[in-house]
Amino acid sequence: MANIKVLVAKPGLDGHDRGAKVVARALRDAGFEVIYTGIRLTPEQIAEAALQDDVNVVALSLLSGAHNTLFPKVVELLKEKGMNDVLVIGGGVIPEADIPGLKAAGIAEVFTPGTPTTKVVDFIKANVK
Amino acid sequence: MANETLKAGFDKYMAEADAKCAKFPERANLEPNRLYTPLDLEGFDYERDLGFPGEYPYTRGVQPTMYRGRFWTMRMYAGFSTAEESNKRYRYLLANGGSGLSCAFDLPTQIGYDSTDPMAEGEVGKVGVAIDSLADMEILFDQIQLDKVSTSMTINAPASVLLCMYIAVAKKQGVPQEALRGTIQNDILKEYAARGTYIFPPKPSMRLITNIFEYCSKYVPKWNTISISGYHIREAGSTAAQEIAFTIADGIAYVEAALKAGMDVDAFAGRLSFFWNAHNNVLEEVAKFRASRRVWAKVMKERFHAKKAKSMMLRFHTQTAGSMLTAQQPNNNIVRVALQTAAAVMGGTQSLHTNSKDEALALPTTESVTIALRTQQIVAYESGLADTIDPLGGSYYVEALTNKLEKECWEYINKIDEIGGAPEAIAKGYIQKEIQDSAYKWQMDVEAGRRVIVGVNKFTQEEEPPKNLLRVDGSVGKLQAEKIAKVKATRDNAKVKETLDALEKACHEDESTNLVPFILAAVEAYATEGEICGVMRKVFGEFKAHTAL
Amino acid sequence: MDIVSEILKHNRLALAKGITAVENEYDNAVDIMTRIYAHTGHAYVIGITGPPGAGKSTLTDKIAKEFRKRGKTVGIVAIDPTSPYSGGAILGDRIRMMDLMMDSGIFIRSMATRGSLGGLSQKAGDAVKLMDAFGMDVILVETVGVGQSEVDIVKTADTTMVVVIPGMGDDIQAIKAGILEIGDLITINKADREGADKLNIEMEMMLELNNEKIAGWRPPINRTIASKDIGTVEVVDSIVAHRKFLMDTGKLADIRRERIKSEVTDMINVRVNRYIDKNVVRTQEFEDTIGKLQNREMEPYSVVDNIVSKVLK
Repeated sequence: MANIKVLVAKPGLDGHDRGAKVVARALRDAGFEVIYTGIRLTPEQIAEAALQDDVNVVALSLLSGAHNTLFPKVVELLKEKGMNDVLVIGGGVIPEADIPGLKAAGIAEVFTPGTPTTKVVDFIKANVK
Repeated sequence: MANETLKAGFDKYMAEADAKCAKFPERANLEPNRLYTPLDLEGFDYERDLGFPGEYPYTRGVQPTMYRGRFWTMRMYAGFSTAEESNKRYRYLLANGGSGLSCAFDLPTQIGYDSTDPMAEGEVGKVGVAIDSLADMEILFDQIQLDKVSTSMTINAPASVLLCMYIAVAKKQGVPQEALRGTIQNDILKEYAARGTYIFPPKPSMRLITNIFEYCSKYVPKWNTISISGYHIREAGSTAAQEIAFTIADGIAYVEAALKAGMDVDAFAGRLSFFWNAHNNVLEEVAKFRASRRVWAKVMKERFHAKKAKSMMLRFHTQTAGSMLTAQQPNNNIVRVALQTAAAVMGGTQSLHTNSKDEALALPTTESVTIALRTQQIVAYESGLADTIDPLGGSYYVEALTNKLEKECWEYINKIDEIGGAPEAIAKGYIQKEIQDSAYKWQMDVEAGRRVIVGVNKFTQEEEPPKNLLRVDGSVGKLQAEKIAKVKATRDNAKVKETLDALEKACHEDESTNLVPFILAAVEAYATEGEICGVMRKVFGEFKAHTAL
Repeated sequence: MDIVSEILKHNRLALAKGITAVENEYDNAVDIMTRIYAHTGHAYVIGITGPPGAGKSTLTDKIAKEFRKRGKTVGIVAIDPTSPYSGGAILGDRIRMMDLMMDSGIFIRSMATRGSLGGLSQKAGDAVKLMDAFGMDVILVETVGVGQSEVDIVKTADTTMVVVIPGMGDDIQAIKAGILEIGDLITINKADREGADKLNIEMEMMLELNNEKIAGWRPPINRTIASKDIGTVEVVDSIVAHRKFLMDTGKLADIRRERIKSEVTDMINVRVNRYIDKNVVRTQEFEDTIGKLQNREMEPYSVVDNIVSKVLK
C-alpha cells in the first residue's frame, strides 16, 4: 500500500505552469499521488510542504533561468530538515551546460523541453528510494 | 441547381478517392475533410462576411491598403540583464531594420519587486531587463529618441509604473507625452488565467487599468493602453478557437469595466489592441486571425454600439509560438518560425515578433535574433505573401475554417456570458481548466504519436549539445543592488515619502481618483518600483491563485 | 529515530514519518500507534465536509489562521479521492494553504482515499492521533462529502461542519440531505453568490424537519466568503460555542466514546474484510465457485453459509 508521493512545485517567480500541470496530471495517471503546490513559491515553502507530506519525490519546474540558484536551495533545505532520501528532479528551459552543476548539487535528473511524460514516470519508478 | 450538380460530382469524387486513398495514420491535427468546395460555404455572402479591407467586419484586414501602404512593424521582443546591456541590443535591432522596440522585463520587475527583494533571488535580469527606478529606464532608452520610435512593453500588474517611467524619460528628452507611441500589455485577466505575473486582486487591478485608459485618452492619445493577449493563453496549451475566444471575452470585460467607470466607448476603444500567437498550423492560424477580426467587430458594433470605425477594428501584434520551438535540432526552428511568420502576414498582423531558434534553450544570442529578424524581411520583400491583401480570402478551405473558428469562438463567449463574464469564469477556474485539458490532450497526442513534432517524436537524431548560448550571470543582482543604493543616496527622500504618502491616500479613495498622476509623481521623485508597488500592495492586498488540476 | 519519542518532542519530521508509517501500513505502524495511544485525547477535532467545489480547503485555511490568531496550534488532515482508474490522486488542498507553510504552529497532511479496502477512516484517525500527541490543540479534518468512508471520518469529530454553496443545482439536493444530518454547524460559503438567501431558507427548513443530531443544539448557519476571509471569525466562534455546549452538558464524553466505538468497529471491519479478501475472494476455489454459480450448478445461499461458517470457526 506504499504509493509514491510526488510534490510538483514551481519555485521562483515564473508563472509558466503548463509543463508542471501536464506532468502532474501524467503522474496521477501513472498511479502516483501528486501534490501540486502552484506557482511563485519560495524554496522554504516547497521544502516544508515536502516534509509535511513526507513525499518520495520533489519535482521542480522553472523556465525563467533561475534554476541554478533555486533548485540547489530546495535540496539544501530538504537536507537541513532531515529529508535525506527524497528524489529531487527538475525540468524547464535549462541549458545542457547547467545540468552537471545541478546534478552535483543533488538534482537527480533534469528534463528539458520535449521530454515525454513517460520518461519522467519511468525515471521516478526506477530511482525512487 | 448548380449546387445539386456539384454535390453529385463531389460525392462521386469522394467515393472514388476513398477507394484509392490509402488509410492515413490517425493524426490529431487533421481536419475531417479531404477537400473543400463551394458546398462548404453555403450561404456565404462576400459583402456581409468579408467586405473590403478597412471595412466592417474587417475580415480582410483593418486598413484599406494593408502592406501595400507599409509593412507591419518588425518589433523584436528583447531585454535581459541590465538596462545598459539591453540598450545595446535595442540600438542594434533599430540599426538593422527593426522598426519598433519591444521591452522584456525580468520577473521581479513584472511582479513589482525591487532587485534586492528576497523574492527576487535568482531571477534578476533573467527573462528580461531589470528595472528598479527611473534611473534604469533612463539608461534603457539612452540615445533612442522616444518621439521617433514606437515601444511596446510587456508589463501587466505594474503597467502604470513602467508607463510613468517611460513618460518621465520622454519628458527629460524634451518629448511631450502627447507624442509618445507604443503599447503596454496591461492585460491582467490573462495573468490570472494563464501567465501568472499578477500582484493585486481583480478589483483594484481593473481600477488601475481603467485609470490608465482614462489618463491616456486625455494625455497620451497615441498610446495603445492595453494589448489584450491570447498569446499566453495559447502558450499555456489552448486551441486556436480558445485563444481568440478567451481573449475576446477578456476584451469584453475591459470594455465593460471602462463603461462602468463612466467612459464613452468611442473615447477608448480605438486604443485597445490585441496580441495573438502564430502557431504551427499555417492555414488554421490565418483563419484564426481573420475570424478574430470579424468577431471583435461584431462585439463592438452590436454589443457595445460603438460608432467610430476605429473602435471596431481589431488591430494586433503577433509573436511566433515559443512553445513550438524545440530544444532538439534547434536549426529546425528557423523553418518553423518562417512558416509562422507566413501565417501572421497572410493573416494581416500589424506588428510581429519572430522567435529565435535557440529560445527553447536560453535567451537568444545576437546572431540568432538577427536570423529571426531577417526571416521577417525575407517574407516581406521576397516571398510575395505581402504583395496582395488577404491573399487567402475566398479559399474554400480558409473561409470554411474561418467560419468554424468564429462559431466555436461565439460558443465560448456565450458560455462565459452565462457564467457571468471572463473575471467570474477565471475566478471559478473554468477558463484555466479548459486550457489545461487542451494542453494535456496535446501532450498525450504527441506521446502517442498522433501528433508529430519533427526531431522530438519522429526523425530524431543524436546531437551535440548546442554551443554559444547567451548566459546571464548572477552578478546582475549585485549590480542592481548597487544602483538602488546609489539612487536612494542621491534622491530627495523627503520628496519620495511625500509622493508615496499621497499615492497611498489616493489608493484608499474610490476609482474616480485616477492613480496615474500620483504614480508619475513618485516615479519622477525616483521612488523605486518596489516602493511604489509596495504602497499599492499594502492598500490593495495580494492575489493568490487557486489552481485546481 | 524513535518516531514516538521524537513526536512527543515536537519533531516535525518524526510526525511526518509517523503518518507515513500508518498510511502505508509499514511494519512499525502498529507499534507506533500502540505506544502513542496513551498520549492522545487532548486535541479538539473538527470535521469539515461538503460537496466538491464548496471551497472547503480555502475555508479550512482561513479557519486555521483564525485559530492561530487565538493562540492555538493547528493540525490539518486534508483528504482527496484516489482515481479509480489509475490508483493515483491529485492532492489539491495544500495549494490553498501554502501561506501556512512558514508557520511552525501548523502541520498539514494530504491523504488520498486509496480505494475501499484502504482503511481510510482508520488511517485518518491515526493521523489525527499522531498530531494530537505531537501537541496540536485543534485538528481540522477536511474531506469531500461524497462516499461513505469520507463521511464516516468527519462524523466522528467533536464538531462537524458541513459546507454548502448557493447555485449548485438539483444534484446537490441528495448530498445536502445526506450530509446535513451529520452537521453541528452549517456554513454557506461563497455567500456573495446569487441564491444565498434561498439556500439559507432551505437549510433552515431542513433543520426544522430533521431530528436534532444532539438534543439541545440547533446547528447555527453561518455565511462566509472564504476567498475574502469574510465570516471566518463567526465560524470559529460557532465552533467554540459548540465545544462549550458539549463540555457544559457533558456530551463531549459521549461523542468521544462514540468515536472510539466507531474506530474500533472500523478496525475490526477492515481486518475482517481483508482476511476475507485474501483467504476467500482471491482464491481459485472462489473463482471456481463463481463459475458454478453462473452455470446454476450451485446457488449462492448455501455457498455463503458455508464460507461464513468456515471463516467464523
